[in-house]
Amino acid sequence: MTGRKLRVLIAKPGLDGHDRGAKIVARALRDAGMEVIYTGLRQTPEMIAEAALQEDVDVVGLSILSGAHMTLLPRVLELLRQQGQHDVQVMVGGIIPDEDVPRLKEMGVTAIFGPGTNTQIIVQAFIEAVGTSLARG
Amino acid sequence: MSLAAKVMAGDRLALARLLTQIENEELVGLDCLSDLYPHTGRAHLVGVTGAPGTGKSTLVNRLVLHMRSVADGKEAEPATVAVVAVDPSSPFSGGAILGDRIRMRDLAGDPGVFIRSMASRGALGGLARATAGMVQALDAVGFDIILIETVGAGQAEVDIARTAHTTVVVSAPSMGDEIQAIKAGILEIADILVVNKADIPGADNTLRFLRATLQMARPMRYGRGDHIRDQMEADGVMWEPSVLATVATQGDGIESLSQEIARHRAHLRASGEWAVREGERIRSEMELLLREHLTAQFMTRQPDGRFEEALERVIARKLSPRQAIASLLEGEG
Ligand SMILES: Nc1nc2c(ncn2[C@@H]2O[C@H](COP(=O)(O)OP(=O)(O)OP(=O)(O)O)[C@@H](O)[C@H]2O)c(=O)[nH]1
Ligand SMILES: [Mg+2]
Repeated sequence: MTGRKLRVLIAKPGLDGHDRGAKIVARALRDAGMEVIYTGLRQTPEMIAEAALQEDVDVVGLSILSGAHMTLLPRVLELLRQQGQHDVQVMVGGIIPDEDVPRLKEMGVTAIFGPGTNTQIIVQAFIEAVGTSLARG
Repeated sequence: MSLAAKVMAGDRLALARLLTQIENEELVGLDCLSDLYPHTGRAHLVGVTGAPGTGKSTLVNRLVLHMRSVADGKEAEPATVAVVAVDPSSPFSGGAILGDRIRMRDLAGDPGVFIRSMASRGALGGLARATAGMVQALDAVGFDIILIETVGAGQAEVDIARTAHTTVVVSAPSMGDEIQAIKAGILEIADILVVNKADIPGADNTLRFLRATLQMARPMRYGRGDHIRDQMEADGVMWEPSVLATVATQGDGIESLSQEIARHRAHLRASGEWAVREGERIRSEMELLLREHLTAQFMTRQPDGRFEEALERVIARKLSPRQAIASLLEGEG
């Protein structure tokens, strides 16, 4: 496993134009030694899944502020599965109401972070998520 | 099905995984690459390099869009295109932010396009090798054109330029690029020069400057009289780098650039230089592998600590590096 580096995709689905949070997280992940593919604003679920496949990432991190998480996230998860990317972990940051959290986790979202979460906590969660998926093989 | 068979059958996930294995120099990936090797050698490898922020990714986006919309030479179908976009790793953390895809969103959803980002990982020569391996895999699965975007700053770019058949050097006005380009010796590796952001004032100056510099470099480059050079050019034996203006954000000049890239390929084929470059590239790849292999073999044969001992003596200036190696080799007998 020499030279193996965590590869992660950071994307912003939906139509809102705020990517400050996503950029801060991207930088924190880079500073933790990860290779971060940053795709920027207004990504459709199709674009996210395609990029995740081509880049062969371990984790997909999505920043959602628009409130459209209950339509966007199931679609991303479905596409990832259709492509055969069963190991890839999906992390979500943004404003997600408490009542949606259990359903999202059930669908396969690994972790959800509210606005202003300490970046070190997020970095740690990324590392742990990949650790468990690697252990599973 | 073996990994190689899956990749050749067009399984894009398998291809993506293979690219990771090659990048990490994992044995399974390198073995698979050997299986694929007979299928390589068809793609046109095009390097796109230049200073940070000159618009390389925006240009690649437009270029690929254009290539995907027109027939490929005599073929009725457009060429299929892969992009390998290299960005620097952070020297502090070893991590990287790879942001070239931001500018390539127009290419999403096209099954004839495959984009892969990679970090330079700071290894001398290693970048070129990993990139070359990844490019070979993309070549084997049948992409007609492979664009390799790298930031033009140092040795890595020169290495990548050797990997590519055609090297496009991108600069932009009023950034002091012209000076930087010459300092890095990057003009010497350029087959095509692009002044992007031609919508910005000062573009004319940059164009003029680059054309004049090329003009000056011409006699030195070839060391021949003008009439002979003109004749060679007319015969298609010699390639004269051209300077093109583009506005990547609007798509201006993209068609000319695409045609110039195709013209360079035709030149390489017609002049026999394609085969010459190919031969040189493969020779240096084999020599490098041989060197690494012999070094590793030698090291495992050395009794523990013998190399370190010699190293200490060289550091203490009791031996020269040449003497140290000579004595180590002698002990081999
Ligand atoms: N005015 C103008 N801006 C452009 C043009 N082409 C690109 N840009 C802008 O220049 C900036 C950098 O573009 P990129 O395509 O990311 O440049 P790059 O060379 O790939 O950058 P790195 O990969 O970071 O080295 C972006 O804001 C583009 O919108 C152009 O023709 N004219
Ligand atoms: Mg770029």
